Amino acid sequence: MLLIPCPWCGPREEAEFHYGGQAHVAYPDDPSALSDEEWARYLFFRDNPKGRFAERWSHSAGCRRWFNAVRDTATNEIHAVYRVGEARPVTS
Amino acid sequence: MAERRSPAAAFAGRFETASASGALRLAELPFLTQLNVRVDPASLAADEVAGVLGAPLPTEPGTAVRSGELTVAWLGPDEWLVIAPEGFRYELLRKAVADGRGSVVDVSAQRTTLLVAGPRARDVLAHGCALDLHPSVFGPGRCAQTTLARTQVVLLPQQDGFLVLVRSSFAAYLAAWLLDAATEHLL
Ligand SMILES: [Zn+2]
Repeated sequence: MLLIPCPWCGPREEAEFHYGGQAHVAYPDDPSALSDEEWARYLFFRDNPKGRFAERWSHSAGCRRWFNAVRDTATNEIHAVYRVGEARPVTS
Repeated sequence: MAERRSPAAAFAGRFETASASGALRLAELPFLTQLNVRVDPASLAADEVAGVLGAPLPTEPGTAVRSGELTVAWLGPDEWLVIAPEGFRYELLRKAVADGRGSVVDVSAQRTTLLVAGPRARDVLAHGCALDLHPSVFGPGRCAQTTLARTQVVLLPQQDGFLVLVRSSFAAYLAAWLLDAATEHLL
């Protein structure tokens, strides 16, 4: 069980959260201008690093807010959490 | 007129029996008025809401304020739960957000309220809740949305116990769970 620090509520157990995949995937400015391949790339292609990964989480059983977290995919250590709209903090 | 029946009404007798020893008091507080208020806390509408409530909207996560017979609990950065006695009239609150961007929605039927009080209240809840419920960190003036026995609840600490707000459709399950969790504390 991970202990995930919600930027609003503080540390809560993992069971209160839902995972939302990679963070900072911007919606295309003009989706209709994209080729099928570009659109598919936006929809389905995500980074899959071994190490620190900025990803979205929702505190679904708590304050129900979405936020971002930098989690190490190899160790599960969470290096930072930050609110929607904030830039990814430098975690070295 | 149809007779109203509260979600945990069937447990009244068992709650009373479990409360007899004095170690614990279990009861349903049915039909409280509950209002979901959403408004930008920096807006004029929020000031008007605060004026109607008689208290500023708490902006610190996990806190609640009391104003007379009202309790205002933080649910999110732009969302609060106002708990009021049965029959509370909230036209003025509605009016406070009418001009600005905000909403006041009657969610009284969404959850019912269970009282878990008495010397063993914290021990009983701790069987199914991961939060630190000690009064030094979670006393009156705090609130939390979390899970209790895997069920989503809003917890509001009181002077000698907790109000547990639970969805109506989960109330019977949680009531049964509370009675089971209480067993070892009632000897
Ligand atoms: Zn939260």
